[in-house]
Amino acid sequence: MTHAIEVRDLHKYFGDNEVLKGIDFTVEPGQVVCVIGPSGSGKSTLLRCVNLLEQPTKGQVFVHGRELTDPDVDIDAARRHIGMVFQQFNLFPHMTALQNVMIAQQRVLKRSRKEAEVVARENLAKVGVGDKCDSYPAQLSGGQQQRVAIARALAMNPALMLFDEPTSALDPELVGDVLTVMRKLAEEGMTMLVVTHEMGFAREVADRVVFMDGGVIVEDGPPSQVIGAPKHERTRTFLRRVLHPEER
Amino acid sequence: MTTPSPTVAEPGPARLSPRKKQRIIRTVQYVVLAAAAIFVVFYADWSSLADNFAKPDVAEKALPDLFRIALKNTIIYTLGGFLLSFVFGLILALMRISQVRPYRWIATVYIEIFRGLPALVVFLMITFLPLALPGFEVPGGTYGQGILGLGLIGTAYQAEVFRAGLQAVPKGQTEAARSLGMSAARAQFTVVIPQAVRIVIPPTTNQLVALLKDSSLVLFLGVSGEFVELAKFGNDLASQYSNATPIMVAGLTYLIVTIPLGYLATKLERRKGAGR
Ligand SMILES: Nc1ncnc2c1ncn2[C@@H]1O[C@H](COP(=O)(O)OP(=O)(O)OP(=O)(O)O)[C@@H](O)[C@H]1O
Ligand SMILES: [Mg+2]
Repeated sequence: MTHAIEVRDLHKYFGDNEVLKGIDFTVEPGQVVCVIGPSGSGKSTLLRCVNLLEQPTKGQVFVHGRELTDPDVDIDAARRHIGMVFQQFNLFPHMTALQNVMIAQQRVLKRSRKEAEVVARENLAKVGVGDKCDSYPAQLSGGQQQRVAIARALAMNPALMLFDEPTSALDPELVGDVLTVMRKLAEEGMTMLVVTHEMGFAREVADRVVFMDGGVIVEDGPPSQVIGAPKHERTRTFLRRVLHPEER
Repeated sequence: MTTPSPTVAEPGPARLSPRKKQRIIRTVQYVVLAAAAIFVVFYADWSSLADNFAKPDVAEKALPDLFRIALKNTIIYTLGGFLLSFVFGLILALMRISQVRPYRWIATVYIEIFRGLPALVVFLMITFLPLALPGFEVPGGTYGQGILGLGLIGTAYQAEVFRAGLQAVPKGQTEAARSLGMSAARAQFTVVIPQAVRIVIPPTTNQLVALLKDSSLVLFLGVSGEFVELAKFGNDLASQYSNATPIMVAGLTYLIVTIPLGYLATKLERRKGAGR
């Protein structure tokens, strides 16, 4: 069986700064993999290399067996099936929630207006903002905006979803709504690669947790191991800081 | 808290309290203003001024053609130039932020040249175009020349307005669009440009006002008859009657258009600031 995501010896430089120093890892279809690690360790960069929002400097990225780093590949076509959710939501502010979810269906998948609207309403209802179809992003709370952003990605029928700290920009009381939606997606069998600081979510939902530090993967395994009984000192230090921030 | 600290002395009788000081300053300002007004009222030759700048019969003779020909032409030159600057400004702005380096160079060179040159020099060069390129004629005759001049200058400024607008749209917007499978061009036209257009509406309105004023430079193209715009019209009539009233009237006509447009720009800006 082919991997949902396979990354081979991935390096990424920004100028002289080597941010990813040889990453190898895989995500199997239906798996939820959480990426944790200190700020600046390269988590976002790794995620953005998977759908080539960042061009890897060296190495290969395969999604469902297709090499996206192959220069001949139609990257626009490949991205249609890779949903991405950003920390800052990035909804289109000049469109209503409904239009946000419809626009790419119409322009990219060439669905008819009617079909796109049906799919959009379905997905907005699914993430719990079915009553906000006609609201503009500025009229929505952060949690609602992020759920619209998830609906926007889901409407493209993605084969896998990338999440980059989807709850980090939210007020604490709104985090739960978004995590609930993500949990539901995981239960439905969506393949998910999630950069997150929510250790509870990682522990309960993830099939695997990847700990990154300084541009390399330090530890990769089930949450019971990486979070519950980390082998490496760097992982332990990081977890201590995240789980007991007051003890610094 | 009620007992005053003993170290703080009562302000001495010789020192003025800030309120008193302010009142005196204000009084002085009013006195200066009144003196200036009295000087102007008594020493200006009002009848001569009125005769030269606001002669009713001269104004009356000027008015019909002022609207029928001069204002109409001013609007034609301005809108024509504006249309050119809008279209080519957008193209130049896209070139300026393009990934293709030569495009960036071309756009930068154009913008720097036409923002750096006085508008008058551009118009003077247009009058010499037929000499430089024998057989070449600007399409549209006199209108074409005026519109070309305004368009050449306006394009440079409008390109900078558009570039600022495009760059004001956060990078995350493009990334979100690309992550949904849109091509770079599709993302620009569906997501970035509609937002940039909203951002640039107020500065673009200001550009329109600037072009309207610059349209007076058409004067230097040596236009006449049916093609004169407001400034030239006022100037010609003023020489004809040896009286400045037509220039005054032309000036007022500019203000009738520019002041409301200026207010509109400010209002649009404020509305944008209030957030969508
Ligand atoms: N576009 C860029 N240009 C230059 N340097 C960059 C760019 N993007 C990221 N970096 C650098 O790469 C390093 C890793 O950044 P990255 O955003 O991947 O970290 P992260 O693990 O996601 O951190 P955080 O938890 O703060 O989001 C950082 O040192 C950052 O400064
Ligand atoms: Mg990050």
